Formats: sequence, structure tokens, C-alpha cells
Amino acid sequence: MIYREAGQFKTSYRQDSAIFPILQDRIAIIFYLFVAFIVIPLFGSDFFLNSMMIPFLIFALAAIGLNVLTGYTGQISLGTGAFMGVGAYSCYKLTTFFPETNIVLLILLSGFFAAGIGMIFGLPSLRIKGFYLVVTTLAAQFFLEWAFIRVGWLYNYNDSGAIEVPQREAFGLIVTGPAATPSVRYLMVLSIVVLVTWVVSNLIHGRIGRSWMMIRDMDIAAELIGVRPLHAKLSAFAVSSYVAGVAGAMMVFFWLGAAEVESFDVNHSFLILFMVIIGGLGSLVGSFLGAAFIWMLPIVIRAVPRVLGLDINAATVEHLNFMILGALIIFFLIIEPHGLARLWSVVKQKLRVWPFPY
Amino acid sequence: MSATAAVRPHVTEDGRELGEVLMDLRNITLRFGGVTAIKDVSFNIQQGEIRAIIGPNGAGKTSMLNVINGFYHPQEGSITFRGETRSRMRPHDAARQGISRTFQNVALFQGMTTLDNIMAGRALKMRRNFLWQMLRYGPALEEEIEHRRKVEEVIDFLEIEHIRKTPVGRLPYGLQKRVELGRALAAEPALLLLDEPMAGMNVEEKEDMSRFILDVNEQLGTTIALIEHDMGVVMDLADRVVVLDYGRKIADGKPDEVQSDQAVIDAYLGVPH
Ligand SMILES: Nc1ncnc2c1ncn2[C@@H]1O[C@H](COP(=O)(O)OP(=O)(O)O)[C@@H](O)[C@H]1O
Ligand SMILES: [Mg+2]
Repeated sequence: MIYREAGQFKTSYRQDSAIFPILQDRIAIIFYLFVAFIVIPLFGSDFFLNSMMIPFLIFALAAIGLNVLTGYTGQISLGTGAFMGVGAYSCYKLTTFFPETNIVLLILLSGFFAAGIGMIFGLPSLRIKGFYLVVTTLAAQFFLEWAFIRVGWLYNYNDSGAIEVPQREAFGLIVTGPAATPSVRYLMVLSIVVLVTWVVSNLIHGRIGRSWMMIRDMDIAAELIGVRPLHAKLSAFAVSSYVAGVAGAMMVFFWLGAAEVESFDVNHSFLILFMVIIGGLGSLVGSFLGAAFIWMLPIVIRAVPRVLGLDINAATVEHLNFMILGALIIFFLIIEPHGLARLWSVVKQKLRVWPFPY
Repeated sequence: MSATAAVRPHVTEDGRELGEVLMDLRNITLRFGGVTAIKDVSFNIQQGEIRAIIGPNGAGKTSMLNVINGFYHPQEGSITFRGETRSRMRPHDAARQGISRTFQNVALFQGMTTLDNIMAGRALKMRRNFLWQMLRYGPALEEEIEHRRKVEEVIDFLEIEHIRKTPVGRLPYGLQKRVELGRALAAEPALLLLDEPMAGMNVEEKEDMSRFILDVNEQLGTTIALIEHDMGVVMDLADRVVVLDYGRKIADGKPDEVQSDQAVIDAYLGVPH
């Protein structure tokens, strides 16, 4: 009885077309936002914000980016890490050229560079599918990694080869650099993640999102109905890479503080892909669940034995983490491709009819 | 008997007006490498009629529909649709000009709900740009709701309200066929092509589907070309029938004429050529 839609008659298609047609869902969203914007910054420790919430949100956004491409449009990519890198290096160059401009604006702009590069590497998808497309995106990943090392201009010819985040103020606060507090950086990340997620959600629930899913489910029928594969696929690559690029820029500017090519390597591409698979292909909620799960799992594995008074070394934690992740990925790929998001909606469905299961 | 049946505008027994020729196919020949799927076939489709294409398996019926909606390009012949003659066109131009279709093997978007599948049928009619779509506000939302209203009419018409929010992959085959008809109808086509709309259905489902096809034709005035195996169904539905066998046209006329045609009887009974 907690979660009922009885009595909520949708009197117009406007209401029924809303993204959260059920009142309880709308209340839940407001509740989550309240917790995220007010409760967590007030009560969260620096460790919690810095090592858990900020990376979780950034990876969730990157997972949303990949989900647009893989979950919604059916195009598998192993280049997410590199597209994040394009966002980060673009943002670094933008801050060099426009030191006075608001850094939040620059982060949002840097996504467009990632979108452009993403569209170029998305062009082969018009001709090839499946395995061959994966190989193409992998080539993009390695090519871009090469560029991040070899093109000194990208990191202003630093001897270290790394990009270091300068201190920047915005809205009267120090938001980047070592002097920025975790709660300020957390709030910046959260605001951008909420904004970008909202926009992606709007796209997905409209004509453009449907054209992506049509291509995913049956590209020939989509074309016969009048969807142009060129428009649908390239817009998916653009939106996906934009989102990944913004996530990459935030990763460096609001979390790491400095980065070199290793932060954008193929391992990160896989990490994001696993988040999407475990969270749920074709689900925005799933992107958050998957990122939370994969990011928090090693932290929990480390914490639990300590609480129980057991001695566990770092290598064992790492091995346990890999084993659990591997098993889960196989489980979700075979048993439940809709991932944690489906389990989540099953729970909601149960609550909806509880306590009368029939 | 194999001459083209009368094409003058006329009124049928049940009072529907059949207009002029909507689509005219002339001397169509389609080859796949060495296989000739269609050989020198001509026939036409009149405004407002239900035109059946029948014939044994492999006769070239599906290939014919694929030629009509631009999916296959015939090596010879011409196609005139609404007075415009062409030798080839791309599928999405056909969709733009008002031809929509269903497929012999259901070709729905399995991961999407019934509602989204039928909304997908209106893809060509929606044009709000990316920026508005990002905000889902103002014109984009108005457009979405206006089209939703049309889609709900289709859903009412086909009596599938109860499965509106169900992913179609979870529906039984008969219902999937109905949703696919809905998706084609949502485009408000001038010419509706149905490839074996009743294949794999039980008697009851067939009756429902027949009723929907007749209603589409009578109430919405949509011209329909359909492929069907079941002679009984064809007798009930079709105004005119064209019969194909081994890629050739062997008969063309009113259902009862075609049924008593010796060449047709031979083809259906499998008399060797
Ligand atoms: N894409 C294709 N490639 C090669 N041969 C084809 C193709 N499509 C149809 N054919 C051939 O054309 C002939 C007619 O097929 P089809 O139009 O599907 O028949 P029907 O729908 O009447 O059963 C068959 O011999 C079939 O093998
Ligand atoms: Mg066929």
C-alpha cells in the first residue's frame, strides 16, 4: 500500500506522458534531491564526499553517456574512457585560453569537443555493426590515448605530461584547485549531473530517444518507417560523447585535480561498460545504480572485515572485488540484461500491490 | 480472365466508392542473381479498395510488396503512385509519400512498449528540433501530446488499451500482429501493405483481424493491399485479387472469378507446369 497508483486517474495525455506519471515517484525524486542537495553536504564527511559521492556521481554520468549509445541505440563502444579524456583536455585548454570565464560554463562547453570527436568515430557505425564496431571504438580509444601523450599542446607542454587544474572561482566560491572544499566541489558535480541527466531524460522520452531505440531494436524496420539511420546514430554518438566528455572534465576538475593519460585508458572504458551492464542497459536509474554498486563495492569489501575485526590485506580486497564483479557481470548478461534497474522496478512493483499480491 | 479487371471508378455492393488508380505497376521484373522472383507482372490498385495478392509459397508475393515500398528495386518495369512514375525509390521516401506496411514475420521494436511502437509509426510527422526536445517543453511537449492523442485513437480502434505500457516482446504473437497494424495505421497511410496479417493466428484472432482490416478500409477509407494464404479470408475481404505463381501473374479479378479459374486451381493443387 506504500506505493499505489489507484485513485490517480490520469485525466490528460499530458499527465500520462509525464516522465514520472505516478505521484509517489515524483515525491521520491524530490526526496532524493533534498537528500542530495541539503542533507549530504551538511552531514557528509570529507571522506564520504571526496571518495564516495563525487566519483560515484561522475561515473554515473559517464555511464549515462555510454547507456545512450549502448543501452538505447544498441551501438557498443569501448571508447568511453577516451571520450572522457577529450572532455578533460578540452576543458584544460579552454581554461588556458579563457581564464576569466566561469569554469562551469567551460565544463559544459568542453562536452561539445567530445561530441564532435565522437561523431567522427561514430561514422563507421553507418556501415558496420557489432564486433567490427567494437573494434573501431577500440581503435578510437588507442588513437586518442596516443594523442593525449604525443600532442604536447594538449597539456601545454608540461614536463610531467599531466594536466593540472588551476584554481578557479565561480559564484563567489573557490570551486577548483586544491583550495576548493569537498562540499563545494560535490555541489558543483551534483548540479551538473542533475542538469545533464534531466536533458538526456527529455531526449530519451521524445522523438529522438524513440528513434534511437528503433535503430537498436530493428534498424531495417526503423528505416522503412522513415527514421534516417544517419541522423539517429550520429545524434546518439554526439549525445553520448558529450555526456562522457562532461563527466571526464568533471573527473579532473572536481575530483582528481590533475590527470594524465592513465585516467582515460581502456580500463576506464571497461569500468563504465560494466557499470552499464550491472546497472541495466537502457535505464537511467540503472546507470546510477551500476555506478554506485561498482564504486562502492571495494569500499564495502574493505570496510566489512575491519568492522568484524578480521585482518584482510589490500591484495585480497582487490581479488575479491574482481571475482564478485566478474561473477555479477556474467550473471546479469545471461540472466537479467536489464540489470539492477529491473530488480529495482520489480521491488517497486511488489510494493505497488503489497500487501495483496493478487 | 487474366486481363486486368475493370478499373473505372465504381461503387461496390456495400456502397464504398472505388476511385481511380492509386498505384499502377507495369511489367515488373525482379531478379536475385539467377533467381527471377517476379516476371513481367502488371496490375494496379484502385483508390479505396482491398486488393489481395495470393499464390503458393515462393510465388513472389512478399517480393512484390518490397518492390512497392522501395525495399527492392526491380530490374525492369515502372511504378506509378499517385500519378508519379518512378523506377526506384528509397524506403523512407515511400514512407514519406504515404505507403506503410506490416511484415510477414512481425518486425516490431521488441524492447519498446506498445505505446512507443505506435508512436514510432508517427516518426515522420514529428519535427520539433533537438533543442526543444532537450527541454521537452513548449512546442516539443505540445507536439508529443498531439501525436499521443492520435496514437490513442489507434489504440482504441484496435482495442489494445490494456497492453499500452507493455513491452511488445512480452506479448503473444496475435497481439503483436495487431500492434504492428497499429504502428502502420499511426502513419495515416494512403496505401497500407499487409504481408500475411493472419499468419499463425487461431480462428478467433483471424476473425478479429479481418474485422479490423474491414474497419480500416471502410471507416478510415484506407486503400489496402494484402497478402493472404487463406482463400476463405480472401473471399470475405478482397475487392479484387491478383494471383501469382512462380513469379508470374496467372489471374486477376474479382474473388469469385479468380476462385473458379482453372490456372489458379491448378496452381493451388500443385499441378505440374
Ligand atoms: N533477398 C532475397 N535474395 C534472394 N532471393 C530472394 C530474396 N527475396 C526473395 N527471394 C526469392 O524470391 C522468390 C519469391 O520469394 P517471396 O517473395 O518471399 O515469396 P512469397 O512471399 O510469395 O512466399 C523465392 O524464390 C525467394 O527465394
Ligand atoms: Mg511471403
